[in-house]
Amino acid sequence: MTGAGTNILETQGLTKEFKGFTAVDSVDLKVRRHQIHALIGPNGAGKTTVFNLLTKFLIPTRGKITFNGQDITFAKPAEIARKGVIRSFQISAVFPHMTARENVRIALQRKLGTSFHFWKPVSSLNKLNDRADALLDMVGLSRFSDAMVTDMSYGRKRALEIATTLAMEPELMLLDEPTQGMGREDVELVTQLIRKVSANRTILMVEHNLGVVSTLCDTITVLQRGAILTEGTYAEVSSDKRVKEAYMGKAA
Amino acid sequence: MNSKIGYLLALAALLVLPLAIYPVFLMKLLCFALFASAFNLILGYGGLLSFGHAAFFGGAAYVTGHAIKVWGLPTELGILVGAGGAGLLGVAIGMLAIRRQGIYFAMITLAMAQMVYFLFVSAPFTGGENGLQGVPRGTALGLIDLSNDLAMYYFVLAIFVLGFFIISRAVHSPFGQVLSAIRDNEARATSLGYDVDRYKLLAFVLSATLAGLAGATKTVVFQLASLTDAHWHMSGEVVLMTLLGGLGTIAGPAVGAGTIVTLQNYLASGPLGAWVPVVLGVIFVVCVLAFRRGVVGEISALIKKSF
Repeated sequence: MTGAGTNILETQGLTKEFKGFTAVDSVDLKVRRHQIHALIGPNGAGKTTVFNLLTKFLIPTRGKITFNGQDITFAKPAEIARKGVIRSFQISAVFPHMTARENVRIALQRKLGTSFHFWKPVSSLNKLNDRADALLDMVGLSRFSDAMVTDMSYGRKRALEIATTLAMEPELMLLDEPTQGMGREDVELVTQLIRKVSANRTILMVEHNLGVVSTLCDTITVLQRGAILTEGTYAEVSSDKRVKEAYMGKAA
Repeated sequence: MNSKIGYLLALAALLVLPLAIYPVFLMKLLCFALFASAFNLILGYGGLLSFGHAAFFGGAAYVTGHAIKVWGLPTELGILVGAGGAGLLGVAIGMLAIRRQGIYFAMITLAMAQMVYFLFVSAPFTGGENGLQGVPRGTALGLIDLSNDLAMYYFVLAIFVLGFFIISRAVHSPFGQVLSAIRDNEARATSLGYDVDRYKLLAFVLSATLAGLAGATKTVVFQLASLTDAHWHMSGEVVLMTLLGGLGTIAGPAVGAGTIVTLQNYLASGPLGAWVPVVLGVIFVVCVLAFRRGVVGEISALIKKSF
């Protein structure tokens, strides 16, 4: 059940309708364990809607989502996070008015079970510092552990976000356009980071940058108008005539 | 470290101040400082603009007044009952309000507080327009006679210090960390496994309870609970105090409350007596336009810059 090669996440007939408009149309998605899986497609193909359905920020109209064989179709966002499905956001999701170390500690401290303890001093969280610093070190931010996040560059915020996500020890990471709005250097940095953290984990990402997809991903699912157009490796998908048409329009 | 020295100096000043200044005025100041600090917990650290905190301040004022005057409870117990009542009211209003954000949250809290206000207008035990008068001050721990203003002052100071300590501890606690995270980025906090509504509710109830503690203490000081305490003006005033002093700073709301109460007191007896709301309005506008971080916020930003 939990070995490599099995499906960690599956959807059956996943559908989302918004007032007569079908944004996602019976999508059957299978994400295999320990793979990096990309969801691509032209604008308006429904990638972000699928993503929000998977992360429970939207509730599907029809269909079923299972994680490790468990039905999570109607689970709450915080609930699936505790099961090990952690998402990222299009805009870097950090806590700007806290230090980098505090950001990572937020992810670590829930397991201590003291998050409602308003009478304990904050120094009771210091035992998490070593683990937080190790995670910051892993993403190359060890110099910035005491820096306020507001003042950090965009690429570093993204790196911090990944460190925070890793602190949750996720089984499945869902990344929403991790390189969006980045310069080439930051794209390179984040691509390397994703590769580094993908060891023994499963990653499903929505991504626009085909360069990133081609170097990182094992499986690619192409969406068009809310439905799956095709699926396969980058070589398979990129040679598919329908994919080219979806992106470029029909050749005259 | 620096802030610890600052607090000790402030405490020392508060200990000797009644020798120079009329203690009843100082007690009023402390009550409002505690009220604003409690309010800051939900606005400054929870990021939720409550427009109904008068319900907790005024509600506790009436409950404490009634408990001491009619039920004959000792003073300390009466104050605790009032604060507890405000906390329960906070649970009820909070459960409804925290499901919504931004302007809707503010509107729900305002509407609920108005309902509480009209309840007080018509309920027989509040004395309606006359207020609940003649609440005896009683004794502290059955030993110290609180009808002496100086004794009463130190009693109020003890309550203020306790309340202020609870607030600053809550801000600097594991809970406070999660609360800041939720304020900064709620969706992210959710995606890290936190049920954000439960944290917001706890913050709201804490804030309501401590606002109630302030209102309850005020009743004992003035031996009166009145409709003014529960009126929506009071909810607006506490927003003003918090913003003026510095949103999301520990000492800011107390400073803001001190400034507003002092101004009200001195202006009311001077030639500008009828113009107090106008003067406060101008101050508010200047504050929002020129120094948005509030007095304490601007000062601490300056200190940070110069080091």
